Amino acid sequence: MGSEPRMASWEEAGLTAKEYDEICEQLRRPPNALELGMYGLMWSEHCSYKSSLLHLEQLPTEGERVLQGPGENAGIIDLGDGLAAAFRIESHNHPSAVEPVQGAATGVGGILRDILAVGARPIALLDSLRFGNLHDSRVEHLFSGVVSGISQYGNSVGVPTVGGEVYFDDAYADNPLVNVMCVGIMSTEQLTRGTAVGPGNPVYIVGAPTGRDGIHGASLLASRQLGDGDGDMRPAVQVGDPFREKLLIEGCLEMLQSDAVIGLNDLGAAGLTSAASETAARGGTGMDIDIRAVPRRESDMTPYEIMLSESQERMLVIGRRGCEEEIEETFRRWELDAACIGKVTNDEVLSIRDGERILAHIPVQSLTSGAPRYDRPTRPPSDCAAREAGAEEIPIPHDAGDALLQMLSHPNLCSRRSIYRQYDHMVGIDTVLTPGADAAVLRIKGTERGLALVTDGNGMLCRLDPERGAAQTVAESYRNICAVGGEPLAVTNCLNFADPEHPEVMHAFQQVVQGMARACRELNTPVTGGNVSFYNQTLDRGIAPTPVIGMVGSVDDVSRCPGRGFQRPGDAVLMAGQINTAKLAASQYLNIMHGLQEGPVPEVDYDAERRAGELCRRAIMEDAVHSATDISDGGLMIAVSECGAASDEGLGCRLDLTDSRRPDELLFGEGGPRYLLTVPEDQIDTLVCLARETQCPVERIGTVGGSEVQVHVNGELILRASVPSLCRARGEGLT
Amino acid sequence: MQFCVVTYPGSNCDRDCYHVIGEVLGEPVRYLRHWAEHVPRGTSCVVLPGGFSYGDYLRPGAIAARMPVTGAIEDFAAGGGLVLGICNGFQILCEAGLLPGSLIVNDHLAFSCLPVHVRVEGDPSPFTHSLKQGEVLRMPIAHRDGNYRPPSDGAQPQVALRYCSPAGELGEDYNPNGSQYSTAAITNERGNVMGMMPHPERCAESILGGEDGMRVLQSAVDWWKEVGSYGI
Repeated sequence: MGSEPRMASWEEAGLTAKEYDEICEQLRRPPNALELGMYGLMWSEHCSYKSSLLHLEQLPTEGERVLQGPGENAGIIDLGDGLAAAFRIESHNHPSAVEPVQGAATGVGGILRDILAVGARPIALLDSLRFGNLHDSRVEHLFSGVVSGISQYGNSVGVPTVGGEVYFDDAYADNPLVNVMCVGIMSTEQLTRGTAVGPGNPVYIVGAPTGRDGIHGASLLASRQLGDGDGDMRPAVQVGDPFREKLLIEGCLEMLQSDAVIGLNDLGAAGLTSAASETAARGGTGMDIDIRAVPRRESDMTPYEIMLSESQERMLVIGRRGCEEEIEETFRRWELDAACIGKVTNDEVLSIRDGERILAHIPVQSLTSGAPRYDRPTRPPSDCAAREAGAEEIPIPHDAGDALLQMLSHPNLCSRRSIYRQYDHMVGIDTVLTPGADAAVLRIKGTERGLALVTDGNGMLCRLDPERGAAQTVAESYRNICAVGGEPLAVTNCLNFADPEHPEVMHAFQQVVQGMARACRELNTPVTGGNVSFYNQTLDRGIAPTPVIGMVGSVDDVSRCPGRGFQRPGDAVLMAGQINTAKLAASQYLNIMHGLQEGPVPEVDYDAERRAGELCRRAIMEDAVHSATDISDGGLMIAVSECGAASDEGLGCRLDLTDSRRPDELLFGEGGPRYLLTVPEDQIDTLVCLARETQCPVERIGTVGGSEVQVHVNGELILRASVPSLCRARGEGLT
Repeated sequence: MQFCVVTYPGSNCDRDCYHVIGEVLGEPVRYLRHWAEHVPRGTSCVVLPGGFSYGDYLRPGAIAARMPVTGAIEDFAAGGGLVLGICNGFQILCEAGLLPGSLIVNDHLAFSCLPVHVRVEGDPSPFTHSLKQGEVLRMPIAHRDGNYRPPSDGAQPQVALRYCSPAGELGEDYNPNGSQYSTAAITNERGNVMGMMPHPERCAESILGGEDGMRVLQSAVDWWKEVGSYGI
């Protein structure tokens, strides 16, 4: 067997001595350097989920709509009428911290290929981003780099970026988060699996030639903490070529029209090693690969480099024997190289050759599922004080209007327009509700139907209470889908955490998964896949636990989807849901106005969630409302301001509230499902009926009209602001 | 009226244009691939769609302008056929010399995707045939290189659309990319070739927030039915 002197020890491969022993055991001999490198990738935290799998098993993954759950390249749900949606979210946090433009760009590229691999046409991207405080020039550099990377790649490849979210908090100063979700659509017949079956079938590598970029990306960059020397990790970040990706998408989709292709898989993290072993493992087969046949960018690349490279824009294509000419010809027409690098075998071994010389010979299952599973120690956080703190101590604001403007101009609550105008959110001409809406809505051409898409995350809540915070995150996605008239169907998740070897981090992880599992079960939105990103930590500073939820909903009639903007003077402003339970605890008001991230996180009341969600959805689909939005971060007044700012006519409203609570709690308190609906007078009865049928409280709180927002409490005017001043404040946060 | 939509490698609005022409405008449409050496007989209008042909490498439109199909489109235009370049298509037409001037990076240096207003200008051309001079349309733009510069020889291009306020006023505040004279669309002298930065195909259906784009496409159809058979 050939050996390579390049990597001597397990440590350099990112493994522990015990893991090395385990490898020797499974192989019944010590691995050679190439094999050790391949194990290093496949047994890395990033690829093997060794610290998380045990917990992830709690998540509900089945449902009547689920066609494909976790374990494949993307989750797939049935939309009816022979259509299906494929979706997944993935992190590119570590690469983006080291090289923001290319890190974010290749994050987009990677998730697109995951969707492509199941045979779907990618139709939408959403990005969930976290950064530190923008006053820090390094954070500013990361932020503008990430946005421009997403813009460059997504725009060029022609898939619209339709939504997402961004938050700024010191917890992410050293470790920004870049999570990208992609959604694709397909006919159910076209469902392709990342499977290598049929011994003798040819295996192709299609797309970009293999270069020296991204070596050790999964093992050494994504699976350990960042530290001072990370500038040196820049070569482990890949460079994206969205033009080639576009050709890859069109070429593969054309290829799938015929039955010449059996399986597809992205070459992403861990490159060829992962793609070859995963497809063989799923097919219960083996694979024989001659690295001489792999097209490369440089002539003197070693087998080690070829097997570990994470060069972008490459796909592994399992063809049908006898169809070689058709495969090569189709890709050639799309100006893509398709090189036959080996074949499927029946020995369940991944065999790597250089011509006749065998370089590596590893049982497939050992690579893909032989890694140990760790039940890492957990420990509740030592300091729980913040969780119990109350808000009674803080002073009541002198001028509620000033407080509102200050809140609106904060980077966490202001308009995101300066970001999303850099993204092409319209290409594909399906985007019915564009960024800025509670959820994006895409129509499905040729039908009345559509998809509602959203991502949500809340590190502050999850730091205070991981279990409830995670449940609230799922509930928030649920509300956003309902607020545009969608029926929530399923979720994907990206779990961003610090070092799993730290017991408090692992405790939070376990609690988050538990909270998410319960919420997804209660709200009937199974988890169809996702991604875990650990080691978001620099020296001893780790991020807040940040589970990000990507939710997909189905919209029966997209022509009924309202915006959130006020539409017509005289419309009644209604609040539906848990009307009087909002609190200042764990709110953005405390965070922004008083620098306090504290207070108990409310438990999700699932009955109330389901009732309020149903009421909102039915009110929209029965065409009874002119506008709808969910009241979330920043509470009632932020939602009202957004409705005014989104109004084409610049309409305001007058609210008349009867309440004995503190005014700041009334105006900015958060918690529970609450929807703000505007309804023409002649539809109020419809809402009253719906309220009775769904057993969801609805209350009239005001009337649309004028060009300012006025709030009267118990008859007294306590807040007054013109709509243009609200728009101005919202526009100031990110400039 | 037979339309052809060109697909260069990297075009990404080709399917959108195809959908709108076939399903909304209701006219026959087919794709034309970049290696084609002729525009099919019977074609009345060729649309060069938006996107990033050849990744916008070198300069937007520069490589596509040198592909066989672009030469064929040049012959087609010389014979009086209608040619509409949208966004990247406009850039290709400038690079190929079918339209005068060039499109450089936006004055604010960033990509912009947002709705703008444009005012109908100049003598009626096939693409503005059914529109009134001074009329204001609302259409989205989505580009990084849409800053129009006229040719250096001082020749004045024929401007067909200018960026403006919702009420039709010109001014820096309403110019999204720094284009000279707020130029959003120009035609060649004969009027049968038009390049425009706004995307008419993105506002051809009310569900997407507007139908003004249809009026540009419908103009070409009206013109062809009323005038086109006599040639330009």
